[in-house]
Amino acid sequence: MTVTAGLKHHKELNEELKAAFAKAKSVTLKDVNGQRYIGCGVRGDYKIDIYGTPGNDLAAYMDGLTINVNGNVQDAAGNTMNNGTIIIHGRAGDALGYAMRNGAIYVETDVGYRCGIHMKEYKDAKPAIVIGGCAGAFLGEYMAGGTLVLLGLNRKNDDSLVGSYFGTGMHGGVIYVRGNVPEHRLAKEVTSFECSGEDMEQIARYVKNYCTYFGVSYDEVMSEKFLRISPRSKRPYGDMYAHI
Amino acid sequence: MVQTKEGQIRIPSGCAIAAIMDKRGRTFTGDDIIKSIALMHDRSNGLGGGFAAYGIYPEYRECFAFHVFYDSEAAKAATEEFLNAHYDIQMCGVIPTTPTKGIGKSPKIWRYFATPNRIKLDAFAYAEEEYTAQCVIKINDHIDGAYVFSSGKNMGAFKAVGYPEDVGEYYMLPSYKAYLWTAHGRFPTNTPGWWGGAHPFTLLDWSIVHNGEISSYDANRRYVEMFGYKCSLQTDTEVITYLFDLLVRKHGLSLETAATVLAAPDWDVIDKLCDVDKQRLTALRATYSGALVNGPFSVILGFNGGLVALNDRLKLRALMAAEDKDKYYFASEESAIRVVCPNPDRVWSVGGGEPVVLKIKGVSV
Repeated sequence: MTVTAGLKHHKELNEELKAAFAKAKSVTLKDVNGQRYIGCGVRGDYKIDIYGTPGNDLAAYMDGLTINVNGNVQDAAGNTMNNGTIIIHGRAGDALGYAMRNGAIYVETDVGYRCGIHMKEYKDAKPAIVIGGCAGAFLGEYMAGGTLVLLGLNRKNDDSLVGSYFGTGMHGGVIYVRGNVPEHRLAKEVTSFECSGEDMEQIARYVKNYCTYFGVSYDEVMSEKFLRISPRSKRPYGDMYAHI
Repeated sequence: MVQTKEGQIRIPSGCAIAAIMDKRGRTFTGDDIIKSIALMHDRSNGLGGGFAAYGIYPEYRECFAFHVFYDSEAAKAATEEFLNAHYDIQMCGVIPTTPTKGIGKSPKIWRYFATPNRIKLDAFAYAEEEYTAQCVIKINDHIDGAYVFSSGKNMGAFKAVGYPEDVGEYYMLPSYKAYLWTAHGRFPTNTPGWWGGAHPFTLLDWSIVHNGEISSYDANRRYVEMFGYKCSLQTDTEVITYLFDLLVRKHGLSLETAATVLAAPDWDVIDKLCDVDKQRLTALRATYSGALVNGPFSVILGFNGGLVALNDRLKLRALMAAEDKDKYYFASEESAIRVVCPNPDRVWSVGGGEPVVLKIKGVSV
């Protein structure tokens, strides 16, 4: 089933989308022009195929859907997303996966600033974001759980892989990076490690999906070394206001 | 009926800015900039919209074009007396508008094309830009109910209380042709929504559209007021215009350096640089500490020769850019670029504290 967005207001478009889900499991949205909140709060195993540029807060609070975006997404896609999958054939704006709780986001190329900010996990609910290209500053800021995978496939050099303040305030979860992170990019709250066998299993799982979605050679991606970035402490600011 | 108070309703807004520039200075109508800013309608709340347009008055390219709001006939009489004493007015009249739904009661809106009075200017002994800047500051500060909201050559600002697309229709901007357009949709946070408070804020040919808020406003205001500027428009944004005027026109800094002063790198970043850069940036921060702009912002500075797009150093506001053939596009949201340019050659995000300076070929500043 197809819904044309055009210049409709997001309220109207999202109501049409909900009405479409009553009739079909899979909906194609055409000519999307910045409409916000697409798939916001929707629960189920529906599928949305998007053409155009969806607006801010794509898939916010979404629970279980699969969204395929044929293009770029704007800011705060996957905001507090509860479950589901977003596959982005392009780049993502700032604050991708903001406070994300579960599910996965795959980005073909780059992400803006603050990707994965305050992402969290609880028991089996472990969110993940896989970034094919490079990331802006504050990657994994205040991250409390979940997994980020940064592949840097289009990077010019290691310096362009990730912006500064990488992992500021991070206190949970893990970030895997393909390539070397210059030491001055790392925030004081995180440290880099060699990957263990267990880490590599995790990475392989995400990279396989990425390569399937975007038609990239798995062997080529895996041919380079990965690093594991983890927080030094679960409570980095515990002593901030304490008299020692 | 009980009126809903602020805080009881959620207004999901956050200001919008946009710009379109032709690299070679060829002019085009205001249709696309209106379409671009209109797409971000939900980022404003109807309390301010405006545009700056460069290259619109080629027949008066030697004249300063003053756009003025008047609250009263008395304000108009006093301003015209002042202008006549200091300028030779080549042409003047009401700025054409059309009744538009969504634009309420307006002040009187006049336009004057004027050259400085030769004798007064010679006696003044500074360049005509300084002469005009001081005249504009004097009118805005001293004449009650008169606001010069545009004072550059071959350019003009158009602004009002309303949504930006309505403001564009009101001023009939599709009938103007410019080589650079900037636009703003306002969601005023801490300051009143009034005609003079809408963006852009201008002085001479500088214009600023701004999304964000300046937490360092008072420090910046005190700083520019030491150099004779007066912040009279009840909003934080105007101070950015005066900072650029001070740093570039008066102090002769390059646009890049001025942008680095406003969004200076953190000290811990400076510490890691090589000695030459470290010394340079330390000197700039020390000399211009009062010009450091703090808080979340994305701004577009327009001037006769091009534009500067700048984000705060922590990048707390969105700003996308695109290049397509002979044009550059900027907007708070990528969709607002693609609605007028569906498949640009290049799309990128303007980084925090990383100014984008674009100059037009063949346009003398």
